[in-house]
Amino acid sequence: MTLAPRRGGTAIFGSILIAYVLTVVPLPEWARLARPEWVALVLIYWCMAVPHRVGAVTAFLAGLGQDALQGTLLGQHALAYVILAFVVVKLHQRIRVYPLGQQAVVVLVLLAMVHLIQFWINGLVGRPMPGAIYWLPPLIGTLVWPWLFVIMRGVRRYYGVQ
Amino acid sequence: MTLDHRQHLSSPVRELVQTAVYPIHLVVNLPFEIGDYASERLKGRHTLLEENARLRNQHLLYEARLQRLDQLERENIRLQGLLDSSYEVEEAVLIAELLRVDLDPYRHIIKVDKGSRHGVFAGQPVLDAQGVMGQVDTISRSSAVVRLITDPSHALPVQVNRNGLRAIAFGGGNLRELELPHLPNNADIRTGDLLVTSGLGGGFPSGYPVARVTQVTREPGHPFARVIAEPTAELDRSREMLLVRTRVRSDDDDEAPEQEDTASENGISGSGS
Repeated sequence: MTLAPRRGGTAIFGSILIAYVLTVVPLPEWARLARPEWVALVLIYWCMAVPHRVGAVTAFLAGLGQDALQGTLLGQHALAYVILAFVVVKLHQRIRVYPLGQQAVVVLVLLAMVHLIQFWINGLVGRPMPGAIYWLPPLIGTLVWPWLFVIMRGVRRYYGVQ
Repeated sequence: MTLDHRQHLSSPVRELVQTAVYPIHLVVNLPFEIGDYASERLKGRHTLLEENARLRNQHLLYEARLQRLDQLERENIRLQGLLDSSYEVEEAVLIAELLRVDLDPYRHIIKVDKGSRHGVFAGQPVLDAQGVMGQVDTISRSSAVVRLITDPSHALPVQVNRNGLRAIAFGGGNLRELELPHLPNNADIRTGDLLVTSGLGGGFPSGYPVARVTQVTREPGHPFARVIAEPTAELDRSREMLLVRTRVRSDDDDEAPEQEDTASENGISGSGS
């Protein structure tokens, strides 16, 4: 593993950048609340596919960027993503061999966890609590996952990330 | 890290990181920019001429009104000077443009294209042509996040333009609604009253329109009236906004009583809640 060439760093970086763009691109009012957490999804994929390269450190930096991007408290996404990366790296061998549908269920749990951490931090800081619609993004993210997985696998193979 | 930020220890770090992600915002904004540019370019000559004439007329009108205003302001300063009170004078105005990016959907914040490089500072008031929009929340080198007055965590000291009754306008998370709690049932406030900034609290200059009262409900059983107002600024439509910097025009001694006043105002709101 140490001798393997570390190719495809740009692919990882680029995919996170595209996820950022998708995170802030303006959507119509009705769709705003349903925007999935793209960065979290991309991180889940990379942590699962190349756990020796993308882990807590990448997740932390990606989370910091996300915080700056959205104007949230600096570190709240970072914390959530670090925990996310930890869980995914721990379980990557299991998640990898699941069929897509089952993977999506795992992703639902992971996204819900990320969302829950955000929810807690927002509560601690004293932001007003939104209603049940707050839990929509993880569901949408789950629906997006199979497509994202296939696309990302194509990207990984094309760029030879390993 | 989170705690760090609550104590505002990490604002230089935040500024740095925010500057780093600014290009992403620019990229997202780019298609809209191109669209605007194209529609401006492709406008017919006739439309442009018409618009030009209309704007010229408007300009003349405003110019005339401004002459009177200038004179009034000078008189006001003189009178305030007689009373030995401080008076805020508008010093510099910076025009900023909205970046069309979506931030946190549960808060009313927007991003503008001016930052610390242009002299923007945290807490700076933001206005549009119709009234107060909000204040600068966090800044980076060349962009800033503005918190709108309707954000659930925003409160703004206002007064009724008609009679000077003071109140505090809270955002309620709805873009077309501000709440004025802590007003007693017998307060002299009516539907249609214009609320202007009172200048208390020191954050905003006084006298800018904020909202128009749309609904006053007085229930005999409750100690406070329920007052709802609608912001005059077009919070969800304005693309250009003004960042105002004000300066108190008097000695430092005069600031003390004003601050005291602010404190008592806060006290009132605290005891009411």
